[in-house]
Amino acid sequence: MSEAFDIAETLDVKGASCPMPVVKTKQAIDELAEGEVLEVLATDSGSVSDIDGWAEGTSGVTLLEQVEDGDVYKHYVEKTA
Amino acid sequence: MSTDTPSDAESDSPAGSDGESLTEAQLRARIEELEEAVAGLEADDDQQKMTIVATQGSFDMAYPPLILASTAAAFGWDVVVFHTFWGLDILHEEKSQNLQLSAVGNPNMPMPNALAALPGMDRMATRMMEKRIDDNGTATIDELIELSLDQGVELQACQMTIELMEYDEDDFYDDVTVGVGAATALQHMAESDIQLLV
Repeated sequence: MSEAFDIAETLDVKGASCPMPVVKTKQAIDELAEGEVLEVLATDSGSVSDIDGWAEGTSGVTLLEQVEDGDVYKHYVEKTA
Repeated sequence: MSTDTPSDAESDSPAGSDGESLTEAQLRARIEELEEAVAGLEADDDQQKMTIVATQGSFDMAYPPLILASTAAAFGWDVVVFHTFWGLDILHEEKSQNLQLSAVGNPNMPMPNALAALPGMDRMATRMMEKRIDDNGTATIDELIELSLDQGVELQACQMTIELMEYDEDDFYDDVTVGVGAATALQHMAESDIQLLV
């Protein structure tokens, strides 16, 4: 599963814990154009719930998918506006 | 229903003061005016606001307001953190590097108070926590302040406390807002969806 979409940028926040995965994701999304997808690589297990909650509560972003790959959590966020 | 809209009494009623009905053009103009006002209110509501009052300056208590503020900014919220009393030390460039964790009176510390009160114990407890924070990949206080300011969080330094502690306005991180007091904090709280005292 996953990666059925073009990834415009990859953000590596492995090793960083709350609130860094969410805050860095927001900063990286700001740099993207509408329709582009950001891949976020994190090791913080809280990032699964946090990035989901952030995407839910933030306009202009859609969480496409979250994948657990070994001890890395991969998040795919699209900038929609 | 009350209204905050500054308007004269006549325009609150569809009829003129002399009891005559308004013309269709006047009604249309009025509807447009109201639609604009409603759109403005809806736009305002989109922007969540949060005000945190940070009163504590110990190493552990510096984290919650900064983590919440930087995360809220990532949500696109309008965030103000009002730092008062010991909370002001978080914004003090020099003191924020040296915030201490108290080993005494902290039931989470794995040592009795009598031992915790010995000289150097606070420093030791602080160093242990700093090491844990580093190992865990948790951001430093310094990083969280920079991150918050970069994202447009307004970090306010209580003017009364600055004077009380005999600090200088230049002692704080750049972009910290000085010259504000309780009234400013209350004004932000009144406008906020979320208000927290830490």
